[in-house]
Amino acid sequence: MAILDKHKLLEKNVTLLAVFAFLAVTVGGIVQIVPLFYLDNTIEDVEGMRPYTPLEMAGREIYLREGCYVCHSQMIRPMRDEVERYGHYSLAAESKYDHPFQWGSKRTGPDLARVGGRYSDEWHVDHLRDPQAVVPESVMPKYGYLEAKLIDGKYIGDLMATNALVGVPYTSDMIEQAKADFAAQADPDADYDGLLERYGDKVNIRNFDGAPGVSEADALIAYLQMLGTLVDFSTFTPDASR
Amino acid sequence: MSAKKDDDLDFETTGHQWDGIKEYNKPLPRWWLYTFYLCIVWGIGYTIAYPAWPGISGASPGVLGYSTRSEVAQDIAAVDQANAAINTELASAELTAIAANPELLGYAKNAGAAVFRTWCAQCHGSGAAGAKGYPNLLDDDWLWGGTIEDIHATIAHGIRNENDPDARYSEMPAFGADELLTEEEITQVVNHVMSLSGEPQDASLAAAGAEVFEYNCASCHGEDGTGDIYQGAPNLADAIWLYGGSYDALMETVSYSRYGVMPSWQDRLSEAEVRAVATYVHGLGGGEASQ
Repeated sequence: MAILDKHKLLEKNVTLLAVFAFLAVTVGGIVQIVPLFYLDNTIEDVEGMRPYTPLEMAGREIYLREGCYVCHSQMIRPMRDEVERYGHYSLAAESKYDHPFQWGSKRTGPDLARVGGRYSDEWHVDHLRDPQAVVPESVMPKYGYLEAKLIDGKYIGDLMATNALVGVPYTSDMIEQAKADFAAQADPDADYDGLLERYGDKVNIRNFDGAPGVSEADALIAYLQMLGTLVDFSTFTPDASR
Repeated sequence: MSAKKDDDLDFETTGHQWDGIKEYNKPLPRWWLYTFYLCIVWGIGYTIAYPAWPGISGASPGVLGYSTRSEVAQDIAAVDQANAAINTELASAELTAIAANPELLGYAKNAGAAVFRTWCAQCHGSGAAGAKGYPNLLDDDWLWGGTIEDIHATIAHGIRNENDPDARYSEMPAFGADELLTEEEITQVVNHVMSLSGEPQDASLAAAGAEVFEYNCASCHGEDGTGDIYQGAPNLADAIWLYGGSYDALMETVSYSRYGVMPSWQDRLSEAEVRAVATYVHGLGGGEASQ
């Protein structure tokens, strides 16, 4: 039992104990975590995912600021009841540009992973203003004040640059044009060709809240109307082994 | 009370000693230890049965071949299979014949109620009573017709949406915003419209409004204001209002128009589901008999 006798060395030297404990945890971490970075069946690439437009990004920030995630998850679990209610179960790749992601299973309100296109903009305005006016049994608070607060996207380019730092593929062109794209998406009369060129044809360009100016409600509704619409599930068949 | 002198007690020790302190050998209870070993064995078996061990390009699939995705696909397939026969029957039946077939009617109403709660309740209300701007489906006041065929077509294609060429479509002009009528004329016609359903109004303004109504509104809403389901023009004489019947609400409606929309559900639901929810809505109370 000579090697066990050596253990006394560790027990009597706290620095050595710390070093070896760190090594042991490192090995455990490598074995558990590292394969997830390279195994084919944990990384799924899907077509259609794009970084959020500046207006959607601003809407996402409002979503986070208002704590929407406390009641609404964005993760449809692979179970029949959820798939029938919300649509195709969420794929990890659909959250790949989320920092932080909005997964969860605690739902005071419904899951929002595929809420995009499900309701009209007008419904969203009515519903944010007074949720009980359209869903009497709802316990959601009123968010009408979002309509009154106009925003100009002054710092949205900075936020996109920060997201680019952690791997979201924003090009320098996207970041430079952020403020212009921000305004163009909420104004169907504006010149939005650049926005479509940078983010693809699927970008919704509308005056989301129906009122002049870009309000926080515009940004939030632009974000909600995009959720879950990027991947076309009529042409995408998930690999069952993933 | 004097302290016990451990040295006097003859316990077995582990042999570990630290500054003269000895460690008694008090092993775990056997049952606990064997349960622990059993858990390790079970854990190894589990990683063989289910996907677990990382390899070069993929994890071991596990001898049971389990995957969450195939499980949910099987669950959905099993339910689809179980309902396949009746869904096919529902999708191919004459719409007007569904009510006469008790088995089909029972299935369609229950399936339709589930579809309604999932997809329709957010706008039309969980009890289908609607809200301001979202029509009440319980009454017999229909914008686009209340026969089963009409309801089916409205649900399948939606209203004023861009993705379905067969969507119900009509658009009331914004008489104020587009300067088709002066403010005075709008005031008159609003008073006239209020008179149609017997609401309190200014009789002289209403009389002047009758002419404005005839030239600008009657082509869709009818000369007597009872509406036209072929154009989705609401009945203005029945005191049922989608956006409110007050003077202010009507001024807003005539000045800026309204543009209620509904998605095309045939894109999202199967034909059987569309028929089921049409049957459900038709059976809520206001459904009209087919011609």
